[in-house]
Amino acid sequence: MLNIMKHYKFWFGVSALLFVLAVAAILMFGLKLGIDFKGGTITQVTMEQTLESAEVKETLAAANFAEAVVQPTGEKSFLIRTQPQEKEEHDRLLAALETRYGKVTEDSFSSIGPVIGKELAGRAFYQLGLVSLGIILYIAYAFRKVTRPVSSWRFSWAAIIALVHDLFIVIGVFAVLGRFMDVEIDTLFVTALLTILGFSVHDTIVVFDRIRENLRVRAGQSLREIINSSISQTVVRSINTSLTVIFVLTALLLFGGESTRYFVLALLLGMVIGTYSSIFIASPILLAWHNWDVSRRS
Amino acid sequence: MFFRFLAIVVLAIVAGAIALPDGKINLKPINIPFEKSWDIKLGLDLQGGTHLVYQADMKDVPSDAQSDALASARDVIERRVNAFGVSEPLVQISGSNRIIAELPGVKDINEAIKLIGQTPFLEFREESDTLPTAEPDENGEVTLNANDVFIPTQLNGKQLDRAVLEFDQTTGAPIVSLQFDDEGKQLFSDLTSRNLGKRIAIFLDGDIISAPTVQSAIIDGKAIITNIGTVQEAKELVTRLNSGALPVPIKLISQQNVGATLGIDSLHKSVQAGLIGFILVSMFMVIYYRLPGFLAVVALSIYILISVSLFKLFGITLTLAGIAGFILSIGMAVDANVLIFERMREELRKGKGLSQALDDGFTRAWLSVRDSNTSSLITTFILGYFGTSIIRGFAVTLALGILVSMFTAITLSRTLMKLAVRLNFLSNTWLYGVPAKETTNA
Repeated sequence: MLNIMKHYKFWFGVSALLFVLAVAAILMFGLKLGIDFKGGTITQVTMEQTLESAEVKETLAAANFAEAVVQPTGEKSFLIRTQPQEKEEHDRLLAALETRYGKVTEDSFSSIGPVIGKELAGRAFYQLGLVSLGIILYIAYAFRKVTRPVSSWRFSWAAIIALVHDLFIVIGVFAVLGRFMDVEIDTLFVTALLTILGFSVHDTIVVFDRIRENLRVRAGQSLREIINSSISQTVVRSINTSLTVIFVLTALLLFGGESTRYFVLALLLGMVIGTYSSIFIASPILLAWHNWDVSRRS
Repeated sequence: MFFRFLAIVVLAIVAGAIALPDGKINLKPINIPFEKSWDIKLGLDLQGGTHLVYQADMKDVPSDAQSDALASARDVIERRVNAFGVSEPLVQISGSNRIIAELPGVKDINEAIKLIGQTPFLEFREESDTLPTAEPDENGEVTLNANDVFIPTQLNGKQLDRAVLEFDQTTGAPIVSLQFDDEGKQLFSDLTSRNLGKRIAIFLDGDIISAPTVQSAIIDGKAIITNIGTVQEAKELVTRLNSGALPVPIKLISQQNVGATLGIDSLHKSVQAGLIGFILVSMFMVIYYRLPGFLAVVALSIYILISVSLFKLFGITLTLAGIAGFILSIGMAVDANVLIFERMREELRKGKGLSQALDDGFTRAWLSVRDSNTSSLITTFILGYFGTSIIRGFAVTLALGILVSMFTAITLSRTLMKLAVRLNFLSNTWLYGVPAKETTNA
């Protein structure tokens, strides 16, 4: 039998470290907001010749688009991001490319005004809050019959702490990616966060469910033993389920379209961290909390 | 048990007939006049097209008339778009002041924008009781803004019935005569009677074009716009007015355009990724869980057919994010099976018989399956209810996937496994991942 509870303080330490690093990355680098949130344009173009993105950037800078960010999506195609611009300016941008490189195909073009962006950002926070609240209430309800030695609200809180941990680490990774690889945060990223939230809790609940059952079946054992055996009994399932999801996500990451790449990456990261936290963080919190209670009383 | 199995086979065949490309249901061979095929609806990001978001400026519209004005602006835009010849355009109201136009297959975004942008905004205004105060400039002249002198009324392009090009009988200059509908007739009659001797201004696209003085109340609902310019300009104005005039000014605040090539490319990539993912999951399940794993893969295949059929039957629009949600649900769909099989193995190791272990495995795993899927459904519900259209697409396919998978992973695979357990040659516990010598180690 695995003895995860023996080393739970070690895993708390690992998680605390990751969490602090993630928060530090978010504070230091900030998040690179996509045009969904701050307004701006994205143009995807394909040229007829192989080019380096630096060359394209120079051409654009020469045409007074100094702030344009150029990212390659293939040998001949690029994503060009700019501030919000009027139609005339957009035409000028395409014309600048055409004079220099010949025929330019515009594969896609998005332009979002700053008003919509602000609204979306507000709504994203609102949704994250709402989903968390929904989950707290549901867990408290589903585990309502469990009262001793752990109240059902504690299951909720433990699940929420684990998922906040998961979310921050994923956001932290994207802060780093944004700083060094120009990866932007868009509405899809928020969707990914919300889905991770669902995953993380999904996994945690399966372990909690076993704890609930074992609390009843193995009434004589200590909480430490019960939690430990519950984790051992569900660990294969947790890993196998995560594996199947990781398989499909990896396939999507490698073979899926360009536009959902970072969305899938966020999901994949969240999946791995969510599985880790449901085993090493969520359930041990129940024990740590209980122990703290006992030592406080005595 | 046998009937259940038969029901599953029928279900799989029907779902397959609907879901497969070019699939159709044809009951004519058995003398029922029924033949139908379904298409899958693809979002703009997969088939290419233009997504435009307009914001209506409601500051001059009384709050009780706003939703009405927005609805009529929507109708006007829709008529414009239809005239453009776009197949299956979607023009809808979003929130309290937005109109979203989705135009599949539009190659030239600028042309589409220009077309909608040409929709005239016509309104009638009356003189304000309080004249605005303005400081004289250095030449001692006072410039008044027409927007301050005249205040909006309820009469605008919404009540316009039709516009006709005419010529002034004395000067020969082109004029445009307007005919209001019944509501407009009443409004215009009220407006002219209470403004006798005062001026009424006609604004087009926010600019004043004429401000005649009212000589007498007009009750027949006819108005005339003079001071238009050339005959050509007057003609264009008539055409624009007749295809609908906006009751409120609108402004384009967001536009997205995806080329058809990129869309098809994304679609192919997603389908390919989905297939590879499915194969990986299947291999894993069969290697790790053996016979139950194989049956779970059968259930998973039926799951995919049912889901795709439902997408077609409900007319759910598939977007790139929606496909990602669906592919994700393939991975998640086997979760319930993994939970059940793990539980079943445990029961087998305790020394229970196959049939008993199977029942207990399903019963005991059910609570975990229920609770974990409910929390996922809560998430998808909130995503779908509060999200934007991209997020909604993702949430809908994921939610549908979770619901269908609960059915296929539980009811379907349970029936298949019960059948397998009954068959003698399939009742070796090794096939269920527990060698015979382990079954007594309770």
